[in-house]
Amino acid sequence: MGLMVEGKELDTDEEGYLLDLNDWTRAAGAELAKTESLEMTDSHWEVIDFLREYYDEYQIAPAVRVLTKAIGKKLGKDKGNSKYLYELFPYGPAKQACKVAGLPKPTGCI
Amino acid sequence: MLHIVNKSPFDKNSLESCLSCAQDGSAVLLYEDGVYGAIKGSAYAERLQSAMSNITVYALEPDVKARGIADKVIDGIKLVDYNGFVELTAEKEAVNSWL
Amino acid sequence: MSSVIKQFLYVNRKAPYGTVYALESLEVVLIGAAFEQDVRLLFMDDGVFQITKGQDTADIGMKNFSPTYGALGDYDVKYMYVCKQSLEERGLTVDDLLDLKWEDEDEDWAEKDSIILVDREEMKSLMTDADVVLSF
Repeated sequence: MGLMVEGKELDTDEEGYLLDLNDWTRAAGAELAKTESLEMTDSHWEVIDFLREYYDEYQIAPAVRVLTKAIGKKLGKDKGNSKYLYELFPYGPAKQACKVAGLPKPTGCI
Repeated sequence: MLHIVNKSPFDKNSLESCLSCAQDGSAVLLYEDGVYGAIKGSAYAERLQSAMSNITVYALEPDVKARGIADKVIDGIKLVDYNGFVELTAEKEAVNSWL
Repeated sequence: MSSVIKQFLYVNRKAPYGTVYALESLEVVLIGAAFEQDVRLLFMDDGVFQITKGQDTADIGMKNFSPTYGALGDYDVKYMYVCKQSLEERGLTVDDLLDLKWEDEDEDWAEKDSIILVDREEMKSLMTDADVVLSF
């Protein structure tokens, strides 16, 4: 199974997650968002960029609780709550946002 | 004879048994967790250094780097890469693996 | 979910790449910590090698998971005990270990050190005081 991005097919697993996070580009992120029926806005991308930076530094995708706390610290208290994140990613911020960010499924994610 | 050891001397006695059986002039290659035996100033360093007057000790560099101890290797231990490992096994007539 | 918070002590005694124990332990720690328990880690014996600085696994084809210990502060893991004697035996000092921190939300996110050196006597009480001890 694969994901077509700008004429190139990227490998994904059976749930549509990218197999190689180095394949990720913003265009790939946009295609992944379509598979989740997400209308991407700057607020969405802000979370995606955050997740990619977090993964780059720590080699894991954070659990939801950690994500909300860290987002609140970095982007402001009004964004550091699960309501805000679930509005952006209704099927679970960690799961859906990680998929769009091209990251593996988070350990212990809900 | 080439002896190869992949266990930490702080966890298993493989390296100790190996050193006590190694003939003068033979070679010992430390790889995987065996490279922890190569750390300078450890409780095992003196034992290995005294053995080094009669045997040649090598350590596999990729394993040394993976474990973050590249700047702590005892002077006189020779670092080899995978090709060097293959060359050593080809050069010595027998290999003894201490698991 | 239960609101009872238990104290978990994970005892790490194995070097990181030769066996899978260290990575398995880290994954269990991440899962346990996500459920808001009081999670503490103790590194002893070859387990102290899990948190050495400067690990570079590019040439052995394995994932370097040492950066992940740096995320544990975000999971409210505030206490990472390291056996002093195990360090000394291995020719290591605290300067050879990762600089692990946690941020105190009550003090405007002030960074605090997570690593605490302990001797054998202190390790005995750590194990006695924990509700659950998990050894890897």
